[in-house]
Amino acid sequence: MLRKTPLGQVLGLGSAKAGTEHWWHQRVTAIAGIPLVFFLIAYVLMHLGASRAEIVASMQNPIVAVLMGLTILNLVWHMRLGLQVVIEDYVHVDHTKYFLLLLNTFFAWVMALAGTYAILKMSFGL
Amino acid sequence: MADTRNAGRPLSPHLQIYRGGLTMLMSIVHRITGVALYAGTLLLVWWLTAAATSDQNFDMVQAVFGSWLGRLVLFGFTWALIHHTLGGIRHLVWDVGHGFALKDVEMSARLTLAASVILTIIVWAVALGVS
Repeated sequence: MLRKTPLGQVLGLGSAKAGTEHWWHQRVTAIAGIPLVFFLIAYVLMHLGASRAEIVASMQNPIVAVLMGLTILNLVWHMRLGLQVVIEDYVHVDHTKYFLLLLNTFFAWVMALAGTYAILKMSFGL
Repeated sequence: MADTRNAGRPLSPHLQIYRGGLTMLMSIVHRITGVALYAGTLLLVWWLTAAATSDQNFDMVQAVFGSWLGRLVLFGFTWALIHHTLGGIRHLVWDVGHGFALKDVEMSARLTLAASVILTIIVWAVALGVS
Protein backbone atom coordinates (compact mmCIF):
# COMPACT_ATOMS: atom_id res chain seq x y z
CA MET A 1 0.00 0.00 0.00
CA LEU A 2 1.30 3.40 -0.91
CA ARG A 3 1.16 5.59 2.17
CA LYS A 4 1.13 8.86 0.35
CA THR A 5 -1.42 11.53 -0.25
CA PRO A 6 -2.42 12.04 -3.89
CA LEU A 7 -0.59 15.38 -3.85
CA GLY A 8 2.53 13.72 -2.43
CA GLN A 9 2.44 11.13 -5.20
CA VAL A 10 2.19 13.76 -7.87
CA LEU A 11 5.03 15.82 -6.43
CA GLY A 12 7.13 12.69 -6.07
CA LEU A 13 8.88 13.97 -2.98
CA GLY A 14 10.00 11.69 -0.17
CA SER A 15 10.29 12.40 3.52
CA ALA A 16 13.13 14.85 2.89
CA LYS A 17 10.56 17.09 1.15
CA ALA A 18 12.98 17.63 -1.66
CA GLY A 19 13.92 15.61 -4.67
CA THR A 20 16.77 16.32 -6.99
CA GLU A 21 16.36 20.10 -6.87
CA HIS A 22 19.45 20.69 -4.81
CA TRP A 23 21.64 18.75 -7.22
CA TRP A 24 19.93 20.30 -10.21
CA HIS A 25 20.18 23.88 -8.95
CA GLN A 26 23.86 23.33 -8.24
CA ARG A 27 24.32 22.35 -11.89
CA VAL A 28 22.16 25.14 -13.31
CA THR A 29 24.09 27.76 -11.33
CA ALA A 30 27.38 26.05 -12.26
CA ILE A 31 26.58 26.34 -15.96
CA ALA A 32 25.36 29.94 -15.62
CA GLY A 33 28.50 30.70 -13.64
CA ILE A 34 30.87 29.91 -16.51
CA PRO A 35 30.08 32.97 -18.69
CA LEU A 36 29.52 35.12 -15.59
CA VAL A 37 33.02 34.37 -14.29
CA PHE A 38 34.37 35.49 -17.69
CA PHE A 39 32.32 38.67 -17.36
CA LEU A 40 33.53 39.34 -13.80
CA ILE A 41 37.21 38.90 -14.67
CA ALA A 42 36.85 41.04 -17.81
CA TYR A 43 35.00 43.74 -15.86
CA VAL A 44 37.66 43.87 -13.15
CA LEU A 45 40.48 44.00 -15.71
CA MET A 46 38.75 46.82 -17.58
CA HIS A 47 38.25 48.86 -14.40
CA LEU A 48 41.60 48.52 -12.67
CA GLY A 49 42.57 51.82 -11.12
CA ALA A 50 39.20 53.33 -12.02
CA SER A 51 37.85 56.09 -9.80
CA ARG A 52 34.61 55.66 -7.90
CA ALA A 53 32.86 57.94 -10.41
CA GLU A 54 33.98 55.66 -13.24
CA ILE A 55 32.71 52.54 -11.41
CA VAL A 56 29.36 54.24 -10.79
CA ALA A 57 29.20 55.31 -14.45
CA SER A 58 29.98 51.76 -15.61
CA MET A 59 26.95 50.50 -13.66
CA GLN A 60 24.74 52.96 -15.53
CA ASN A 61 25.18 50.78 -18.55
CA PRO A 62 22.16 48.47 -18.15
CA ILE A 63 23.98 45.47 -19.61
CA VAL A 64 26.81 45.80 -17.10
CA ALA A 65 24.40 46.32 -14.20
CA VAL A 66 22.27 43.32 -15.15
CA LEU A 67 25.30 41.07 -15.71
CA MET A 68 26.83 42.14 -12.39
CA GLY A 69 23.48 41.51 -10.68
CA LEU A 70 23.25 38.07 -12.26
CA THR A 71 26.84 37.35 -11.23
CA ILE A 72 26.13 38.17 -7.59
CA LEU A 73 22.81 36.32 -7.39
CA ASN A 74 24.09 33.25 -9.25
CA LEU A 75 27.22 33.16 -7.10
CA VAL A 76 25.25 33.50 -3.89
CA TRP A 77 22.81 30.76 -4.84
CA HIS A 78 25.61 28.41 -5.88
CA MET A 79 27.72 29.04 -2.79
CA ARG A 80 24.80 28.57 -0.43
CA LEU A 81 24.04 25.16 -1.94
CA GLY A 82 27.72 24.24 -1.88
CA LEU A 83 28.38 25.19 1.71
CA GLN A 84 25.18 23.43 2.75
CA VAL A 85 26.67 20.17 1.46
CA VAL A 86 29.97 20.86 3.22
CA ILE A 87 28.15 21.48 6.52
CA GLU A 88 26.01 18.36 6.12
CA ASP A 89 29.12 16.29 5.35
CA TYR A 90 31.18 17.33 8.36
CA VAL A 91 28.86 18.51 11.11
CA HIS A 92 26.92 15.71 12.75
CA VAL A 93 25.76 17.37 15.95
CA ASP A 94 22.20 18.45 15.23
CA HIS A 95 22.05 21.81 17.00
CA THR A 96 25.43 22.90 15.59
CA LYS A 97 24.46 21.70 12.14
CA TYR A 98 21.15 23.56 12.04
CA PHE A 99 22.78 26.67 13.49
CA LEU A 100 25.40 26.65 10.72
CA LEU A 101 22.78 25.92 8.04
CA LEU A 102 20.78 28.93 9.24
CA LEU A 103 23.90 31.08 9.28
CA ASN A 104 24.67 29.92 5.74
CA THR A 105 21.21 30.98 4.56
CA PHE A 106 21.37 34.33 6.36
CA PHE A 107 24.83 35.10 4.99
CA ALA A 108 23.69 34.26 1.46
CA TRP A 109 20.67 36.57 1.72
CA VAL A 110 22.71 39.43 3.14
CA MET A 111 25.26 39.09 0.32
CA ALA A 112 22.51 38.87 -2.30
CA LEU A 113 20.66 41.93 -1.02
CA ALA A 114 23.71 44.05 -0.27
CA GLY A 115 25.19 43.32 -3.69
CA THR A 116 21.93 43.99 -5.50
CA TYR A 117 21.34 47.17 -3.52
CA ALA A 118 24.81 48.50 -4.37
CA ILE A 119 24.42 47.73 -8.07
CA LEU A 120 20.96 49.30 -8.31
CA LYS A 121 22.00 52.37 -6.34
CA MET A 122 24.90 53.01 -8.69
CA SER A 123 22.89 52.10 -11.76
CA PHE A 124 20.12 54.56 -10.94
CA GLY A 125 22.68 57.19 -9.97
CA LEU A 126 21.24 57.61 -6.47
CA MET B 1 29.13 5.17 13.56
CA ALA B 2 30.68 1.72 14.02
CA ASP B 3 28.40 -0.86 15.59
CA THR B 4 30.32 -1.88 18.70
CA ARG B 5 28.28 -5.08 19.11
CA ASN B 6 29.97 -6.48 16.03
CA ALA B 7 33.34 -4.82 15.72
CA GLY B 8 34.45 -7.34 13.10
CA ARG B 9 31.88 -6.40 10.49
CA PRO B 10 33.23 -4.73 7.37
CA LEU B 11 33.09 -0.96 7.35
CA SER B 12 33.04 1.33 4.39
CA PRO B 13 36.63 2.41 3.77
CA HIS B 14 37.35 6.05 4.54
CA LEU B 15 39.99 8.51 3.38
CA GLN B 16 42.94 7.01 5.26
CA ILE B 17 42.49 3.68 3.44
CA TYR B 18 43.26 5.06 0.00
CA ARG B 19 46.63 5.93 -1.46
CA GLY B 20 46.65 9.63 -2.19
CA GLY B 21 46.77 10.74 -5.77
CA LEU B 22 46.21 13.64 -8.10
CA THR B 23 42.50 12.96 -8.55
CA MET B 24 41.96 12.82 -4.79
CA LEU B 25 43.86 16.09 -4.44
CA MET B 26 41.71 17.66 -7.16
CA SER B 27 38.54 16.63 -5.36
CA ILE B 28 39.75 18.16 -2.11
CA VAL B 29 41.00 21.33 -3.81
CA HIS B 30 37.66 21.77 -5.58
CA ARG B 31 35.92 21.83 -2.22
CA ILE B 32 38.53 24.05 -0.56
CA THR B 33 38.45 26.59 -3.40
CA GLY B 34 34.65 26.56 -3.17
CA VAL B 35 34.74 27.40 0.52
CA ALA B 36 37.42 30.06 -0.08
CA LEU B 37 35.29 31.65 -2.79
CA TYR B 38 32.39 31.70 -0.33
CA ALA B 39 34.49 34.01 1.81
CA GLY B 40 35.65 35.84 -1.31
CA THR B 41 32.06 36.85 -2.04
CA LEU B 42 32.33 39.09 1.00
CA LEU B 43 35.22 40.94 -0.70
CA LEU B 44 33.25 41.42 -3.91
CA VAL B 45 30.16 42.67 -2.09
CA TRP B 46 32.32 44.88 0.16
CA TRP B 47 33.87 46.46 -2.91
CA LEU B 48 30.46 46.99 -4.59
CA THR B 49 28.84 48.52 -1.52
CA ALA B 50 31.86 50.77 -0.97
CA ALA B 51 31.67 51.98 -4.57
CA ALA B 52 27.96 52.61 -4.11
CA THR B 53 28.25 54.60 -0.89
CA SER B 54 31.13 57.08 -0.56
CA ASP B 55 34.57 58.11 -1.81
CA GLN B 56 35.93 57.48 1.67
CA ASN B 57 34.68 53.87 1.75
CA PHE B 58 35.82 53.25 -1.80
CA ASP B 59 39.31 54.63 -1.17
CA MET B 60 39.66 52.45 1.91
CA VAL B 61 38.69 49.25 0.03
CA GLN B 62 41.00 50.17 -2.85
CA ALA B 63 43.85 50.78 -0.37
CA VAL B 64 43.26 47.39 1.31
CA PHE B 65 43.02 45.56 -2.03
CA GLY B 66 46.09 47.40 -3.31
CA SER B 67 48.30 46.51 -0.34
CA TRP B 68 50.67 43.57 -0.72
CA LEU B 69 48.47 41.41 1.52
CA GLY B 70 45.39 42.50 -0.42
CA ARG B 71 47.03 41.64 -3.70
CA LEU B 72 48.12 38.26 -2.35
CA VAL B 73 44.53 37.50 -1.29
CA LEU B 74 43.18 38.68 -4.65
CA PHE B 75 45.76 36.54 -6.46
CA GLY B 76 44.54 33.54 -4.46
CA PHE B 77 40.95 34.58 -5.15
CA THR B 78 41.69 34.71 -8.90
CA TRP B 79 43.28 31.27 -8.92
CA ALA B 80 40.50 29.77 -6.76
CA LEU B 81 37.84 31.26 -9.05
CA ILE B 82 39.48 29.99 -12.23
CA HIS B 83 40.36 26.60 -10.77
CA HIS B 84 36.88 26.06 -9.33
CA THR B 85 35.31 27.11 -12.64
CA LEU B 86 37.48 24.74 -14.69
CA GLY B 87 37.00 22.00 -12.08
CA GLY B 88 33.27 22.65 -12.33
CA ILE B 89 33.39 22.16 -16.10
CA ARG B 90 35.22 18.86 -15.46
CA HIS B 91 32.38 17.82 -13.15
CA LEU B 92 29.76 18.88 -15.72
CA VAL B 93 31.45 16.69 -18.34
CA TRP B 94 31.18 13.77 -15.91
CA ASP B 95 27.53 14.68 -15.29
CA VAL B 96 26.73 14.02 -18.95
CA GLY B 97 28.57 10.70 -18.75
CA HIS B 98 31.93 11.38 -20.36
CA GLY B 99 35.55 11.14 -19.26
CA PHE B 100 35.30 8.44 -16.59
CA ALA B 101 38.13 6.23 -17.89
CA LEU B 102 41.08 6.27 -15.51
CA LYS B 103 43.44 7.85 -18.05
CA ASP B 104 40.83 10.49 -18.94
CA VAL B 105 40.30 11.39 -15.30
CA GLU B 106 44.05 11.76 -14.78
CA MET B 107 44.40 13.77 -17.97
CA SER B 108 41.55 16.17 -17.16
CA ALA B 109 43.00 16.66 -13.68
CA ARG B 110 46.37 17.67 -15.15
CA LEU B 111 44.73 19.90 -17.76
CA THR B 112 42.55 21.64 -15.17
CA LEU B 113 45.46 22.28 -12.85
CA ALA B 114 47.79 23.51 -15.62
CA ALA B 115 45.12 25.68 -17.25
CA SER B 116 44.11 27.26 -13.93
CA VAL B 117 47.70 28.27 -13.18
CA ILE B 118 48.37 29.55 -16.71
CA LEU B 119 45.11 31.53 -16.91
CA THR B 120 45.70 33.05 -13.46
CA ILE B 121 49.17 34.19 -14.53
CA ILE B 122 47.73 35.64 -17.77
CA VAL B 123 45.01 37.55 -15.90
CA TRP B 124 47.59 38.99 -13.50
CA ALA B 125 50.03 39.79 -16.26
CA VAL B 126 47.27 41.78 -17.96
CA ALA B 127 46.28 43.38 -14.65
CA LEU B 128 49.81 44.44 -13.74
CA GLY B 129 50.40 45.63 -17.30
CA VAL B 130 47.31 47.85 -17.15
CA SER B 131 47.74 49.36 -13.71
